[in-house]
Amino acid sequence: MPLNVLMPALSPTMTEGKLAKWVKKEGDAVKAGQVIAEIETDKATMEVEAVDEGVIGKILVPEGTDGVAVNTLIAVLLEEGETAADIKAGAVPALKAAAPAPAPATPVKTVMPANTQGAAPQKTVALLPQKGGRIYASPLAKRLAKERGIDLSRVSGSGPHGRIVKSDLDKAPTAAAAPAKSSAPASSIDAKALADAYGIPYTLQPNSGVRKVIARRLLESKQTVPHFYLTVDCELDVLLKIRKDLNEGAADFKISVNDFIIKATAAALVKFPAANVSWTDDAIVQYTRADVSVAVATPNGLITPIIKDAANKSLKVISIEMKELAAKARDGKLQPAEFQGGTISVSNLGMFGIREFGAIINPPQGAILAVGAGEQRAVIKDGVVKPATVMTVTMSLDHRAIDGAVGAEFLQIFKKLIESPMSLIL
Amino acid sequence: MTEQNFDIIIIGGGPGGYVAAIRAAQLGMKTAVVEREHLGGICLNWGCIPTKALLRSAEIYHLMHRAAEFGLKADNISFDFSKIIERSRKVSAQLSAGVKHLLKKNKVTVFDGTAKLLGKGKVSVDGKTELKAPHIIIATGARARVLPGLEPDGNLIWSYKEAMVPKDMPKSVLVVGSGAIGVEFASFYNSLGAQVTIAEVMDRIVPVEDAEISAFVRKQFEKQGMKILTSAKVVKLEKSKTNVTAHIEVGGKVEKIVVDRVISAVGIAGNVENIGLENTKVKVDRGHIVINEWMQTAEPGVYAIGDVAGPPWLAHKASHEGVICVEKIKGVADAHPLKTENIPGCTYCTPQIASVGLTEAKAKEKGYQVKVGKFPFIGNGKAIALGEPEGMVKTVFDAKTGELLGAHMVGAEVTELIQGYGVAKSLETTELDLMHAVFPHPTLSEMMHESVLDAYGRAIHF
Repeated sequence: MPLNVLMPALSPTMTEGKLAKWVKKEGDAVKAGQVIAEIETDKATMEVEAVDEGVIGKILVPEGTDGVAVNTLIAVLLEEGETAADIKAGAVPALKAAAPAPAPATPVKTVMPANTQGAAPQKTVALLPQKGGRIYASPLAKRLAKERGIDLSRVSGSGPHGRIVKSDLDKAPTAAAAPAKSSAPASSIDAKALADAYGIPYTLQPNSGVRKVIARRLLESKQTVPHFYLTVDCELDVLLKIRKDLNEGAADFKISVNDFIIKATAAALVKFPAANVSWTDDAIVQYTRADVSVAVATPNGLITPIIKDAANKSLKVISIEMKELAAKARDGKLQPAEFQGGTISVSNLGMFGIREFGAIINPPQGAILAVGAGEQRAVIKDGVVKPATVMTVTMSLDHRAIDGAVGAEFLQIFKKLIESPMSLIL
Repeated sequence: MTEQNFDIIIIGGGPGGYVAAIRAAQLGMKTAVVEREHLGGICLNWGCIPTKALLRSAEIYHLMHRAAEFGLKADNISFDFSKIIERSRKVSAQLSAGVKHLLKKNKVTVFDGTAKLLGKGKVSVDGKTELKAPHIIIATGARARVLPGLEPDGNLIWSYKEAMVPKDMPKSVLVVGSGAIGVEFASFYNSLGAQVTIAEVMDRIVPVEDAEISAFVRKQFEKQGMKILTSAKVVKLEKSKTNVTAHIEVGGKVEKIVVDRVISAVGIAGNVENIGLENTKVKVDRGHIVINEWMQTAEPGVYAIGDVAGPPWLAHKASHEGVICVEKIKGVADAHPLKTENIPGCTYCTPQIASVGLTEAKAKEKGYQVKVGKFPFIGNGKAIALGEPEGMVKTVFDAKTGELLGAHMVGAEVTELIQGYGVAKSLETTELDLMHAVFPHPTLSEMMHESVLDAYGRAIHF
């Protein structure tokens, strides 16, 4: 029986998306788990995997098509021994049922989009928006890109009407910009080649999808976003006392210092929205809600679940939500909507005793807070040395969207909220 | 002294200057051109164009001698030398007037006179008028290079200029230098019946071309009766009243030949003198103004284009540089620096030569692994029908990427064909794109297709 491949949803709210690319052609054989297509919204690109073995019998939505409704039949997979003639019988009813949710009521098996199910978040490729449609490149540039493993959609062209020409490829980073082709020759400083040459023993850990996405996004951010950094010390003694009081006697929750930081970050953004921004070429996007992405380390790599509208949530709610999200993240069960978006990020390495660090901005966000350990330090007040619990916070900012004084003012408000946290509780 | 203000002043009205002026005017600039002699420059008045007129006469005369081959009858074939020259001058005059009209149409102000840079954006015309502009383009061109002992005297020893308007047809000519200018005059005088000798200091004639093309041309020239001396140095010219005895050193031995006239075609020198460069920071290196990829000199607001800014000394390069220079000044988004390797060159000797990009030897020198394709005229139907079976189309590809590195052609009408490869190179095509392109039958251009196929062992007709 032919298998239907349906337009997947990247998030629960997604109703339509663009069929960016067919990775496989009609007639190509596919195995379970192989990527067959890429779907794109304004925020992300997602790969669609085959869940069963077969041959792509028919592609029903050509690549580059915009506004494809979720659950639209986009292709039909043939099982062994089937021919195109079998498609009509199997596929047509599904086509008609394309509207709300074609539950597998018929014996037609549905190839589930890889990302909306189960342990799939690592398959979601969240990229900066790619260029859509035809890529203009000279024949020579196309061939060189193929040889060098360069993704032309990420190369800006300097030729007539932005056409990509040979010299543009000489400027394009190879391996890093094209992580999908890990077999492509890397630059002249290939670590493996060097290790081989000098006889340094090593093992190889193939890059997971998530690792590749992290590598690509961080490289893009660090190369294209003009970062600058502001550092402030916050005294925690009052906060720690309040936290202790709050947690004492509470059975169903335990508020962490990080929960305070999430809440303070969001509250400071609401008080001072000039820092709650993203850069775009045409305008600065100023968000009217503060959604805080919180960096969580997982066995698969970094992921940033979001506490939405954190300013309007109590510490208790934030704490409970955060626990759930972190657990889901570790199990690889986060839904795309739970980690895509966010208007600012918080990364906390305090639990490792890190005193302070600078983080890389998570585009298109405009800032990230890097939180160090709260530790006892000697603080001089009115000429007297006193012990105090101090936490150093370093904010990385996108200077295109946020100027120094604006960032500093935000941190001032943030520091005040952390040092006098009563307003966070009320 | 009267003073006038412009947005841009262009010194020199040759193919670099007048094209730059028209482009500047198109972009809305108030534009002035200062020309000391004749609009159109050397190209139009004493170079490319009038020589093409002369060579056309020579070609027709040559074909008339071949009339019987085509089943035609022509007796008492002869020529009127003065009429040939006259036609050539008329062609130049017509085109120069055309340039004048174009500049007028584009509202470019033309000053007849000699310009001198005064510094600070000022230019004087004959010391009488002062022009001022934030941008000044030097497009003063070049002149024949003069070697000691080979100085043209206007009588027995000619530069290109005298060679173009002789009073009488010489019986024998020595051409010193075998670049484009040298071999074109060699072909012209040879076709009209003079005994022609070429002396070239390098080890082959047309030394900038691919070695195989050089060898092919030499063979054809010798077949036409020319005497070719390579690795030959003219050490002395002894002039009598009516002829010249040339002492030419070849392989350690000095050979003496007596000729009616000597044509000195030993290269060109930029016109950098007496234009007030000393009032600017403009740098000159070996007779040419030093510029960057946008034709900017060391003096802000002063630019140089064309021959005065160095090789290749080609009119179309000058024009293109003029356009790029002006577009960069106006901030046109699509302005791109010129790629030298994409500039075709054409030489109108018989057989014609046309080329673009790297020669096979240059490509190897640059470290390319090459794939070379060749196709002879004898394998092409149209060439046979035309009675032009002598010639060759050679292509050089990068074996690794399929990039067309160079194309070299010799034979009838190749100067009209080379632009096909020129476009291909500009668009960065690979061998596959050229193979997939359809070339019309029956044309000489089919050989361009076949040459590409041959580079990959797939030629059909040979």
